[in-house]
This record gives sequence, structure tokens and C-alpha cells, in this order.
Amino acid sequence: MASIKIPTPLRAFTENQAQVVVSGGTVGAALDDLTQRFPELRQHLYEGDKLRNFVNVFLGEEDVRFLDGLETEIDADTNLRIIPSIAGG
Amino acid sequence: MQPLINETVALSNEEVRRYSRHLIMPEVGLEGQQKLKASSILLIGTGGLGSPLALYLAAAGIGRIGLVDYDVVDESNLQRQIIHGQSTVGVLKIDSAEQRMRDLNPFVQVDKYNVPLTSENALELFAPYDVIIDGTDNFPTRYLVNDACVKLGKPNVYGSIFRFEGQLSVFYANEGPCYRCMFPTPPPPGLVPSCAEGGVLGILPGTIGTLQATEAIKLLLGIGEPMIGRMLLYDALEMSFTKIRIRKDPNCPVCGIPAEKVELIDYEQFCGMPAHDKSEFGKTTQNGHVEEKVMSEITVVELKARLDSGEDVLILDVRNPQEWEISALDGSLRIPKPQIEAAMNDVLAGRKPREATVLAQIPTDREIIVQCRSGARSADSIKFLRNVGYKNELVNLKGGILAWAREIDPEMATY
Repeated sequence: MASIKIPTPLRAFTENQAQVVVSGGTVGAALDDLTQRFPELRQHLYEGDKLRNFVNVFLGEEDVRFLDGLETEIDADTNLRIIPSIAGG
Repeated sequence: MQPLINETVALSNEEVRRYSRHLIMPEVGLEGQQKLKASSILLIGTGGLGSPLALYLAAAGIGRIGLVDYDVVDESNLQRQIIHGQSTVGVLKIDSAEQRMRDLNPFVQVDKYNVPLTSENALELFAPYDVIIDGTDNFPTRYLVNDACVKLGKPNVYGSIFRFEGQLSVFYANEGPCYRCMFPTPPPPGLVPSCAEGGVLGILPGTIGTLQATEAIKLLLGIGEPMIGRMLLYDALEMSFTKIRIRKDPNCPVCGIPAEKVELIDYEQFCGMPAHDKSEFGKTTQNGHVEEKVMSEITVVELKARLDSGEDVLILDVRNPQEWEISALDGSLRIPKPQIEAAMNDVLAGRKPREATVLAQIPTDREIIVQCRSGARSADSIKFLRNVGYKNELVNLKGGILAWAREIDPEMATY
């Protein structure tokens, strides 16, 4: 099963889990699985059915926007990560 | 990449001795050290990131280092802001930092700017420096630093921290993407807490700040591979360093247009949050120019008087459990703000009725005094409760528990 790394600011919505194992053959399906399990997360990630533009989802070192977006295919070994915008200093 | 600096300034014999560990490395050498002496760097913020930056850059022999900060040193800074010390608590951070930097290296010139960075002063402040380093602690200033750097064609060495996580990049629009290519818009107010609210491991800014200093030196000397078009993600708990690619967005509203057309905007408006605690953003003024007052407030003195009169006052403490352990008001109802927000979202999305959430504990039919550390999270919580239909009197405790400790109970532990 693929996994998604959850950044600290969003862990409040994943029962503090830093990594969530998800099902689905595409980035979009994986995020759907994630947000079905943690419904509060959905409104932070999506605006309608599009990812909010401050939400960066990366597959390996690439932003999925530069791959096939939510249609990007993934397999059981894929590690996705959501990169947060943080501002502390 | 070509070095940013080609000019050199001669070193005295004393300086040669001081920098000998640099001089014997071919990547720096005498010429490189002379270039560093000819260089100038502006540090935005002299806090967590600014502390190691100012220390190491001064030690490394950067000729001129500018410090922009208007704040004074507070004891709660010293867990991470190691350029300051107990002896400089209450002193302007730029003065405290200068003292330490001059002690470390008297050959460095320190320029001090005791002002908040604003759209009005940014271009003038940035212009005389080769590299700008972003060590600020809020979104509006980060967008401002980015846009001003793009407009002036200067590199912005970016570092950012939260709890156990850090980010590092070099945003240099002449050579690659800018901050907005990665983060076109800020997250909504309230989603990402500040370090004052969410906490930060004191060592974390040391890790990220020293990496920023390294990148600055690389840029100045033109050595190695700068972090342009890449971002380093550091997770202290996993002890992982991950690099990702950042692409230049051809449609970026800032670096996708000619630099001279870039306009500095109202970044507080853009981010929906204040940039610093002297900001007027979102505050009420006498003539109501800024924003109409929507929230009633009570001072700690008024609250104390009501408690002393024996009145049964309901106080809702919306801080996190770790904070309750440090200090709390007797008998308060304690529900963390994130739980209130989550409950609000559940109710508004129709997932749960109010009664099935933590809101069931918060009465709808009596006055509630809402309290946090300094008054910001309690104000947010009142808005959340209003959003789900609370019509009763919800009163914000002005200045939070910090004001209580200051004015009512000096024995109380503060943080």
C-alpha cells in the first residue's frame, strides 16, 4: 500500500499520525482514501474537487502538478508527501 | 553558478590569522576570504534563525551585516535565540546581537535597523546588500521579502521552521524559481500556527539557520551547488533530510513578469494576518478605520474583581494540555482551540450535530470568558463558536494568562 507523509500542521486532523497508509492507484484516489478517513482534512486540501494552491503534493522529488496531477499513477511502494507552507523563524 | 561577488578587499595580518582555516582551503583561499570581506548580507529577523546566522556570518568574516528587527530580548527567546543572553533581556535584539557579533569578530561592520520590515521600507533596506536572508516568523513578511528580492534581482536565502520540521531553499528569480512559484498563496489564517502558538524545538533554528548561512557563503563565492530550484525538508524526529525540486512557474504573478513591474502590496491583507505585533491589522481604532469591533473583551483586573465578588464566572481555556500543565486559572473549562475548530468544521459540514462534539461541553445560554496565552487563540475560538451559532455573551480575556500573571499573580509561571 502507498503511504502519505502528513506535515506537522495537518496532523491535528489525522489523529497525530505522521504517515498514513492509503489505497488507490492514483494520487487523487490516494488522497480520496485519506480524506474519507479523515474528513476534516478534505477542506484543508481541496477547494471543490481541485487541490488548494497552497497544498503541494510531491511524489519523490517531483510536484505532482508537473507529473499528471491527481491522475498520476502510483503503486504500492509510492511515498507521497504533502509539503506544508510554514513560516516560523 | 558565477560568484555574486567579484571584488575583493585586502585583509590585515590579524585577519589572515583569524581566517586561516578558510584560507588554506582551495574553495575559499585568500581571494575568497577577501571577497567575503567585500560582501554584504541583510538578515531579516534576529530571532531563532537570525541568531546562528548572525553569529556564523560574523565569524566567517562577511564585511557588512545588516540586522532588521524592532523587538527586544525576552527570556522566552533564550531557549533558541542563542545570540542573546540573560544579560541582554529587555535590550533591543539588534543591539544585543551587535554586542555578541562584535565580540566574536571586531572586523565586521554591523548595520542596525530598528524597524518592522514593510512594503514602504523594504526596497530601500535591501538595495545596499548582496544577499537577503529570510529569518522572519510570519507569512506576510515572507511574501514581502520574496517580492522585494525579485524586484531587486537579489537572492533570498529562505529558511523556515515549525515544531520539529524545517525547510531550506534559495529563491533567486534571476536563476530559478521564487517563493511564490512554490507557495503561490498563503494558507488560510489559523491553519498553520506560529511558533509562539505551536512551539518549536529550540535547536531546530540552529540547524536551519546554519544551513542558510552555508548557502549564503556558497552564493557569494560561487562554490558548490546552491539550493536554487530545490528545497531541503528536515524532520528532526525522523532525522531525515529530503530534497525536492521546485520549478519556476512561468505564470508566477511576481517572477513571471518583468522585475520593474513587480509592485509591493499590502501583505497583511494578502495573508489575512498581521505581520508583527505592532501591526494595526485587524485591530480596532477609535474612529473604526481598521475594522469594526466585533468582540467584547474583559481585562484581567475586571475578571479578578468579578471572581473576588464571589460571582460564578465560566472561564474557557482554549490552550493546549501542555500549556495547562504550566499554569492555568482555577476551575476553568479546558478545551483546546484545535478541537473547537474541528468541531466547528464537523458541525458546519453536517457530519455531526453540535451535541456530538466537544461543543456539547460549552454552554449556549450563559456568559463565557474565553482565555488563552495572550488573547489571539481565544479570539479565534470565539469566532468559531459564533460560526456554529453561539449567541450568548462570549468575552475575550485581554492579554490572556500572560496578563493575569503580570498584573494579578506574579507568582504564576509564564512561558
